[in-house]
Amino acid sequence: MTPDLIYGLTGIAVFAIGLVGALCAQDRLRRVLALKLCSVGAGFLLVVGAWRTPPMAPDPVPHALVITGIVVMVSATAVALALIRRLQTLESSDDDD
Amino acid sequence: MNDPLVIFDLLLGGAIIALAIASLTVRDLFAAVVLFIIFGLLSALAWVRLSAPDVALAEAAIGTGVTGALLLKTLHHLRFVTGTLGHQSALSVTPHTPVPSGVIWANAAFCGLITLGLAVAFLGAPQAGPGFDALVSEAMPASGVEHPVTAILLNFRAYDTLMEVVVLLAAVIAVWQIERGLSDAPAPVMGEVWQGFARLVLPAIVVVGTYLLWAGAEAPGGAFQGGAVLAAVGLLLLLTRAYVPRPGHRGIARCAFVLGTVVFAAVALLVASGGRVAFEYPADHAKALILLIEGLVTISIAATLAALFHGREPVALRNKEDRNDT
Repeated sequence: MTPDLIYGLTGIAVFAIGLVGALCAQDRLRRVLALKLCSVGAGFLLVVGAWRTPPMAPDPVPHALVITGIVVMVSATAVALALIRRLQTLESSDDDD
Repeated sequence: MNDPLVIFDLLLGGAIIALAIASLTVRDLFAAVVLFIIFGLLSALAWVRLSAPDVALAEAAIGTGVTGALLLKTLHHLRFVTGTLGHQSALSVTPHTPVPSGVIWANAAFCGLITLGLAVAFLGAPQAGPGFDALVSEAMPASGVEHPVTAILLNFRAYDTLMEVVVLLAAVIAVWQIERGLSDAPAPVMGEVWQGFARLVLPAIVVVGTYLLWAGAEAPGGAFQGGAVLAAVGLLLLLTRAYVPRPGHRGIARCAFVLGTVVFAAVALLVASGGRVAFEYPADHAKALILLIEGLVTISIAATLAALFHGREPVALRNKEDRNDT
């Protein structure tokens, strides 16, 4: 049992949970949460792939890729949340009319 | 093998999976967001165990901190600004229509198959195969910085990072367009303790953010982590109403958003004009150029993330006031 095996399986499980959530969740906010879980699961696998048994230093290229992914994901999340807010505003004004 | 640490890894992995399930199944949406934030922090801890401190810092600051603030802000907006305050809104913000259980089971079965495939691929993959370690360590002396992740982000794969900054810029443009004309959300009432807290932590956050940026050259840290910590300053200022965005500030805000992209691209073009490939910095000035780009990109990232949190473009506020006056 090495950390890469444990966290690799954790990452796959988190990705699977996110995938089921994104397909089955009905609430918009929860779907965004589920997609975030998928991205973290994918990040786990990349970080695990970069891991080397200490004292060997890990491969820095996947690390840079995951950091890029995290920043892109926060941009995507911000746009998705803005769309959710807008949709909700439109729906609530429809109800008022 | 180190037994106590294996137990720690197993417990942490189990906690991460349990939190992921809980954040999708718990009935209260606020609880879901809080569980997701804890999930993100524990994932960051797991990445520290996998000797990836840079990724852990980015996940804690951006993936969990800024994203958590965005999620909580959206939840507040949906519940108290546009939504009803009824019981239903505590559980979800979208009205539910029943989905046939067959569809759910079919989805779950397909997800299970995909997961099984992933697990087989992961377990069958060669252990610790040759990566880019050798290439990176070979090229490190020419990079101008001592920390490999920073060297990759700002030098070897600088084109990726430039595009990443452009994605952030595109996100803030999209959010401003989407929220155009949306009514202003009344700010939550914060107590006096909050004001005092903000006054105490603001200088500390500025120092930590700047240190993270500076340390990125030889230790874990860098533009994105530092920028996210500095964005927290913007979030606190916005929440305490110490800074209220006005329509007149849009010019400055736009300059701050594009500053990083423009300088990044300008350096690339400047380097390319000297008969080199873009981003092939001259060895003597590599460190100075990287620090220049990092510093200005940090300002852009901080301003952009704070603007993403604030959402609506300041001009909409003025329009609304005009409408109220008439």
